[in-house]
Amino acid sequence: MRDVQEAITGAHREEWARVVAAVAKRFGSLDIAEEAAAEAFATAVVRWPADGVPPNPGAWLTTTAHRKAIDWIRRENKRDDKQKKAQMFNNDDEPEPLDDIEDERLRLIFTCCHPALSMEARVALTLRMVGGLTVAEIARAFLVQETTMGQRISRAKAKIRVARIPYRSPAAEDLPGRVAGVLAVLFLVFNEGYLATGPGHDPIRPDLTAKAIRLTRLVRTLMPEDGEAAGLLALMLLTEARRTARVSASGELVPLAEQDRGAWDAALLAEGHRLVRERLAAGVAPGRYQILAAINAVHTSARNVRETDWSQVVALYDELVRLDPSPVVALNRAIAVAEVEGPKAALAEVDRLENPLAGYHAYHATRAELLRRMGSTQKARTAYDRAIELAGNVAETAYLTRRRNQLGPTTDGEHHVLFP
Amino acid sequence: MKYLISVIDDGTGVSTRTEQEAVDAFNERLQAQGHWVFAGGLGSPDTATVIDNRGGEAIVMDRPFVESKEYLVGFWIVEATDLDVALKLAAAGSKSCNRRVEVRPFLSDPA
Repeated sequence: MRDVQEAITGAHREEWARVVAAVAKRFGSLDIAEEAAAEAFATAVVRWPADGVPPNPGAWLTTTAHRKAIDWIRRENKRDDKQKKAQMFNNDDEPEPLDDIEDERLRLIFTCCHPALSMEARVALTLRMVGGLTVAEIARAFLVQETTMGQRISRAKAKIRVARIPYRSPAAEDLPGRVAGVLAVLFLVFNEGYLATGPGHDPIRPDLTAKAIRLTRLVRTLMPEDGEAAGLLALMLLTEARRTARVSASGELVPLAEQDRGAWDAALLAEGHRLVRERLAAGVAPGRYQILAAINAVHTSARNVRETDWSQVVALYDELVRLDPSPVVALNRAIAVAEVEGPKAALAEVDRLENPLAGYHAYHATRAELLRRMGSTQKARTAYDRAIELAGNVAETAYLTRRRNQLGPTTDGEHHVLFP
Repeated sequence: MKYLISVIDDGTGVSTRTEQEAVDAFNERLQAQGHWVFAGGLGSPDTATVIDNRGGEAIVMDRPFVESKEYLVGFWIVEATDLDVALKLAAAGSKSCNRRVEVRPFLSDPA
């Protein structure tokens, strides 16, 4: 019984996207594919304990889903003949033989991450169609009502159908931009797991980071020659490796410098480092994710924060700034600059970012740390206060509060401040 | 499959000579590639009249149906196999007329 349960869970994890993709391709509709895949798995839950697990669960599920899809279409046709045509994709070509399964899953991913859909819609649709999460699970992950999430997914599917978003992988000339769009969705899912927002919410959501890693592995397998897919996977692995060390027993965020490096996951680190080396060896100019992965590789190669090759980190950030001159990248670069040139030089760079980043908690947290190191206690306190006010993650708020409360009494040179 | 590409003006007013030439070139391209269905420019919202004849007597109002700083100044109706093709045409159209555009599918093919 337990074996059957595990077989069903395993099949859901491994086969869901394949089943949805196969049905979507054959019947030209995401609605039908989603319904039919869900029904096929529900049938497996009933049948497998009685009949035994089929020798090829994936094939069994796909065949069952196809039958369910045909049933579904018959039912719908009886209900409304006219609607049927509108429910189909642009699918005039003959159904292709089901030999190119990998390509079909890729098609599914590209459709769910189409640029004409909002980022929110893409994330929800990808988690549902490719990731196999239920609407309720996705709603919980993003702290919205289940009905809201259901509407978001329905609206996205309706737009795909009515506006005729094509069910196919993009043309070669559009591929880089479209792949970037897919990776952005996966990175967003990972980040929501890595630094979950909202009070009363677990600070880290390993279910989401695991799902993001799984999907990124899939994209990497489907597009082995894409350097950024490899880079994003490496970045996720090197971040995930530090997960348990990132939050203390008391639920406080532990910064990199204070983490117990022995608690990092050696297997994930090894895989991440291997991917980074692979990309370096490829000799192709790296994209954003590859550079971020390389930065993480430098951090995770050092035995402690003092032995970190900070000049290398600054050099990598310089490379990143050229690709992405955003203020957040400049802020992260400044943190590395502090380790090479000292807090004063770093603060000068951080202060230049006030205008774009005044509402971003990390800007104030960074200022606070630099001011603390310079001995400007009062200014540091003000900056911590602002950071705490803006931080959305419970573990981060706890950490910042402790740091603020550890500040000593106001130091010399600042006793003229009128407002304590 | 037909798509409406609406051209949105936010107060830039009449198009310049360069814009008109670019639009002409884009229209020729639409025709040459078989995407052309129809296109046109519209009078300003000042020239709009709203009619409501749902209540038995037609009520005539001397105004656009929505007062807004942004308004429709023109449109293309194009034939495209799917949204990807329509979005590429819309991107070229936006560049040619130097304005934002909105793409919407027609519900059924009146062909």
